[in-house]
Amino acid sequence: MTHWIIAPIILPALLAPFIVLAARYHIGIQRVFSVVGVLALITIAAGLAWNTSDGSILLYQLSDWAAPFGIVLVGDRLSTLMVLLTAVLALFVLLYAIGSGWDDRGRHFHALFQFQLMGIMGAFLTGDLFNLFVFFEVLLIASYGLMIHAGGNARLRAGVQYVLFNLIGSTLFLFALGSIYAETGTLNMADLANRVQLIGPKETTGIRVASVLLLLVFAIKAALVPLHFWLPSSYAEAPAPVAALFAIMTKVGAYAIIRVYTMIFHPGLEVTSGLFDLWLLPAALVSLAIGMTGVLAARSLDRLVAYSIIGSMGMVMVAISLFNPAGIAAALYYIVHSTLAGATLFLISDLVRTGRGNLDLIPQPAMAGTALTAGLFFAGAIAMSGLPPLSGFLGKLLVLEAAYATNLMVWIWAIVLGSSLVSILGFARAGSVLFWKSHSVELGEELPERTAPAMLSYVAVGGLVTLLALHTVFAGQVHKYTTTMAVQLFAPEPYIATVVETPGKLSKPKEDH
Amino acid sequence: MELIVASAIGVLTAGGLYLVMRLRTFPVILGMSLLTYAVNVFLFASGRLTIGASPILQDGVTTYTDPLPQALVLTAIVISFGMTAVIVVIALGAFLGSDDDHVDDQREDADTAGDSQ
Repeated sequence: MTHWIIAPIILPALLAPFIVLAARYHIGIQRVFSVVGVLALITIAAGLAWNTSDGSILLYQLSDWAAPFGIVLVGDRLSTLMVLLTAVLALFVLLYAIGSGWDDRGRHFHALFQFQLMGIMGAFLTGDLFNLFVFFEVLLIASYGLMIHAGGNARLRAGVQYVLFNLIGSTLFLFALGSIYAETGTLNMADLANRVQLIGPKETTGIRVASVLLLLVFAIKAALVPLHFWLPSSYAEAPAPVAALFAIMTKVGAYAIIRVYTMIFHPGLEVTSGLFDLWLLPAALVSLAIGMTGVLAARSLDRLVAYSIIGSMGMVMVAISLFNPAGIAAALYYIVHSTLAGATLFLISDLVRTGRGNLDLIPQPAMAGTALTAGLFFAGAIAMSGLPPLSGFLGKLLVLEAAYATNLMVWIWAIVLGSSLVSILGFARAGSVLFWKSHSVELGEELPERTAPAMLSYVAVGGLVTLLALHTVFAGQVHKYTTTMAVQLFAPEPYIATVVETPGKLSKPKEDH
Repeated sequence: MELIVASAIGVLTAGGLYLVMRLRTFPVILGMSLLTYAVNVFLFASGRLTIGASPILQDGVTTYTDPLPQALVLTAIVISFGMTAVIVVIALGAFLGSDDDHVDDQREDADTAGDSQ
């Protein structure tokens, strides 16, 4: 049994207290350790992804207790890809935070950042539902701290809403877990997948309630309309690097839906059939429409980006709610794209804020560093709204292709294409107001001198845009890989067998006992 | 006993939900606390209710209670307790900063909180 799979959780968990205890007054040392830690995470995550790319399942039994009695960590193609994506995103976000000086505007940014990474990594790697709850809480606790990093009234008020909404979500999660445990007597995902099959057709009430409650919890995390109200103001008020890191947090919800609803409550399961397909797809389509309409209606750039996140999550959920391998493969391709594009746009909105002092979408004199910022915004907007040549276009194409054979094909195509047009309009309006109309504004009294953003900030955003370009260039390979991932998800028997049948230390009773 | 536990969970949840939907921070936080109590009792009951039974294997005992929900409840209590402390501190900070304890967003024209950078 290799120990590497727990390293993405242990490493930040050790690094964070070290940063708090040993380097709390030295921002330079904090930065060095944080960056080195994230680089190590990327290396480990790449190794894990390489190990699982042949379809093998990595299992780690904590304290050598066999499932379902002990907690297990499981790495397959999907979870290791998400871990790698998180680590890569974290590097660029961290570089941006350092370059823009955000990490020095309050205390303990780097420690909270590492704890946040620990929670996200744990949520992706765990094979146990209650453990998933615990890691959700770990990432939420860290995110509360990061969300109100650097303080300010507007941010604290948004923080209260964010924390309250997530507390209600956590309570709902516990209710769902309680119902599942009462019905099946286990919370290990693989064991649960076996036991749910055994439930008779007459005793389905409890498990149906439990599965819908669980879906609601994950839908809150994924900001699916009508459970999206927490997202716009908290993402808009959070410090930009934090909001960029939060781009992966909505994907944790999407990941949990994919994992639980392909393995445990899979579409072929009789006791929960007819529960999700009825309303998950419409909800996803409404999310897409509302998100992209919000892009057009937003009055400041940070809200605009937050609504585009909701819209792109809607797109991901449309692909997921088809619940077939082609749909999941398209969703996974789009998840990678939308994480990178969302983070890029949040960072660009901070470049704009640095250059002109606010984010209101009204004409103002030209900002510092217009040329480069405008170019990056152009690339980010193209990616997010799904125009060629960047990966958003290909992602949308894959979703449309996956939806082609379904009954609701007309609706899906109409809303996906219509919302694309609306979001193009929204981004075009924002870009022309921010960057072009500034030339026609008459200079009034003296304006406060603004400095252009630091070079490292541009390097970080440029790095993310480069990743988006690579995601487009290697789209064939990436999509082939996500297709093998989807195939693995829809044939979970090896996963379940590996988790349930691997013996632990008390699997065989000792002779002398 | 089932009736008492079930109605306790129901009353706590109903009260909690009512308070959570109030406009101001303090009742909402109280409502959150009630909801977490309700979910703690609910988790505890998810292992079936037994009286006076032991959770750990012993010789000569035939009736056991399920020990796992008790461990789950312990985790849930600790987390919800810590979270309540966090939300109280953040809400207090927001109240002292803006002299207003509404949970929802202010109207745009009443928004005096400037650029928070």
